[in-house]
Amino acid sequence: MSIEIRNIRKQFGQFTALDNVSLDIAAGELLALLGPSGCGKTTLLRIIAGLEKPDAGQVLFGGADATHTHVAERQVGFVFQHYALFRHMTVFDNVAFGLSVKPRRERPSAEEIRERVMKLLKMVQLDWLADAYPGQLSGGQRQRIALARSLAVEPKVLLLDEPFGALDAKVRKDLRRWLRELHNDMHITSVFVTHDQEEALEVSDRVVVMDHGHIEQVGRPDDIYEHPATPFVTQFLGDVNLFHGRVDAGQLTIGSYEQALGQHQDADGDAAVAYVRPHDLDLTLQADGALAQGRVEHIHAVGPVVRVELQQADGQTIEAAVSKERFRALGIVPGDTVYVTPRKLAVFLKDAAGQQDYVI
Amino acid sequence: MSTILNLRHSVLPGFRLSFGITLFWLALIVLLPFAALVYSTVGMGWDGFLAAVGSERVMASIRLSFATAGLSALINLVFGFLVAWVLVRYPFPGKRLVDALVDLPFALPTAVAGIALTTLYAPNGWIGQFLAPLGIKVAFTPLGIIVALTFIGLPFVVRTVQPVLEDLEKELEEAATCLGASRWDIFRRVIFPATLPSLITGGTMAFARATGEYGSVIFIAGNIPLVSEIAPLIIVSKLDQFDQQGATAVALVMLGISFVFLLLINLIQWWAARRHGAGR
Repeated sequence: MSIEIRNIRKQFGQFTALDNVSLDIAAGELLALLGPSGCGKTTLLRIIAGLEKPDAGQVLFGGADATHTHVAERQVGFVFQHYALFRHMTVFDNVAFGLSVKPRRERPSAEEIRERVMKLLKMVQLDWLADAYPGQLSGGQRQRIALARSLAVEPKVLLLDEPFGALDAKVRKDLRRWLRELHNDMHITSVFVTHDQEEALEVSDRVVVMDHGHIEQVGRPDDIYEHPATPFVTQFLGDVNLFHGRVDAGQLTIGSYEQALGQHQDADGDAAVAYVRPHDLDLTLQADGALAQGRVEHIHAVGPVVRVELQQADGQTIEAAVSKERFRALGIVPGDTVYVTPRKLAVFLKDAAGQQDYVI
Repeated sequence: MSTILNLRHSVLPGFRLSFGITLFWLALIVLLPFAALVYSTVGMGWDGFLAAVGSERVMASIRLSFATAGLSALINLVFGFLVAWVLVRYPFPGKRLVDALVDLPFALPTAVAGIALTTLYAPNGWIGQFLAPLGIKVAFTPLGIIVALTFIGLPFVVRTVQPVLEDLEKELEEAATCLGASRWDIFRRVIFPATLPSLITGGTMAFARATGEYGSVIFIAGNIPLVSEIAPLIIVSKLDQFDQQGATAVALVMLGISFVFLLLINLIQWWAARRHGAGR
C-alpha cells in the first residue's frame, strides 16, 4: 500500500520536530529515514503509525485519508528499537498476540493460529525457540521475534524504528541483509528509521535524509551518495574534507588551485565550500595543479585502502584514502610533504551552505 | 556452603565480611527473638501448650485474625492497584499531596488510626450513623477489624506496585495497540501480568502486617470474645494476667501459620518468576 505524507507539522512545546514535511512512499518499497538524532525521523515514523498525532497535515494510506484512523485499525506493523516484547509470554504467545486479540468472529481457530505462528517463526529461523521466554534470547533473536510478531497480523505497512540500533556490529550486518531479503520476498511497504548512513544506503530502495524537522534530500542510495543536494547531506553520508574558496562564473578557485565547474555559472566571486571524500583525493609528489599540500601525520594501513592523514600549514587535517598499490608507488613515510588533487568535488556556495560548518 | 564462601575470584570484594555481618544481624534481630519464643514455649510441655492454645476462644481469635487479614489484603490489592494506577498514569492537580497521603497509614501511630476510625464508624459516628439504619454495623464487629486492617495495609500495595507501573515501557502498550489490541486487552494481557509479581509482594506485605496488627484494631473491634477478639489481643491479655508462657504459645502458633503462608506466597512468586524467563 502506498503512503502519502502531506504537509505534516509537529511541535513538542517550543521544539519543532517536523516542519511542513511532505513525502510519497510507493507501494512495496523499502524506504529509509536517515538523519541525526532530533531530526524528526522517529516522529515522522510514529505519525505514520498513528502513535503520534500531527499538529497539521495529512497521512494517506493507499490514497485514503488515515490521519484520524486509530493505530489499532491502521494495520501497521511496528518494530521498536528495544524490541518491546511481552516478557511474561513465550515467544509463541508473543507472535500469536495480534491474532489472539482479534474479535471472536475474526479470530482464526487455535489450530490456524498455531500454524501461522510456526510458519512465521520458521521464516525468522527461530521455530526452535517457540517455548522460550524473551528474557532467554539474545538481542538479535529478540528483534527477529519482534518482527515476526508484527508480521503475524499481515500488516499493510511495516514500520521499523532503529531496528538494529541496540545490536552489536556483526549481528547488525546479518540482520540488515536478512531484512533486505525478507522484503524482497514479501514486498510489503516498509519504512525504517536509522541514524547509520551505511545501513540506510545498503538496505533501502530509497533514502530520505532529514535534518532539523525537514527533508534535505530524497533519492536512490547511489544517487544521494554521488550527488548530495546540500552540504548537510554531503557531510552526513560520510567523511569529507573541507576546502574554502571562491566561485566566479563557474570557475572554482581555492588558493592557487583552479577548476571549471559545470554549475554556479552566475556566481560572482561568491565564497564557496568544496567537499571532497577521502577516496576522491589522490596523493602526488608534484606541486603542479595540486589542491593543497600537507605533512604526513599518520598512516593507517590496515585493510584494502590506506588512509593517510595530512596536516596543512594552517593546522587543518586532510584525510585521503588511496589504494595499497598507489601507496607503495608513492613510498611516503610520516613527515613527508605530499600534495593532493581532487577527482571529484561537491561545491556549495557559502550562502547556500549557511554560516556554520556541520560537525558530525 | 564451602563453595559459596570460597568465591576468591569474585569481582565484588568483601563478600565474606558483608555476608558475615548479614548473618549476624539477622540472627540478632530476627532469629534470636524467635528462638527465645520457641524456648519459652518448649518449657511448658505439650499438655500446657494445648491447654493454652486449644481453647475455643483462642482458636476463634486466630481464625478471625487470619481471615480478616486475608480479606483486607485482598481489598487492598484491588484498591491499592487502582490508587497506584491513578498516581502513575494521570496528571491531576494535587497529585503530590495524594501521593504523600498514601504514606499516612505508615506514619500515623496505629492507636490514633484506631480511634479515628472508631469515631467515624461507631453507630453515632459520621459514617456509622448512615450505615446503622441499613442494619450495617461496622465498629465493634469483624467488619470494623477489616476496615482498620485495610487502612494500615494500603501503602504496602501502592508502594510496591507504583514503581513497577512507572517502569513499564510505553512501547509495550504501543506494540500491543499496533497489533490491534483494545485497551482492555492491553490491560488484561500486558499491563496486569507485568505488575502481578509486585502485586503479590505488596499483598503479602499487607497481609503479614495485618496479622500482627494490634493498635488500630483494638479500638474498633470491640473485642467481644468469640466474635471480634483478635489473636494479638489474646496474647496481650494473657501477658496482663502474667501468663507469659500461654502468650508465647499463642504467638508461636501465629508465627507458624504466618510462616506457612509466607512460604506458600514465596513459592508462587518463585514459580511466576521462573515462568517469566529466568527471573528477568
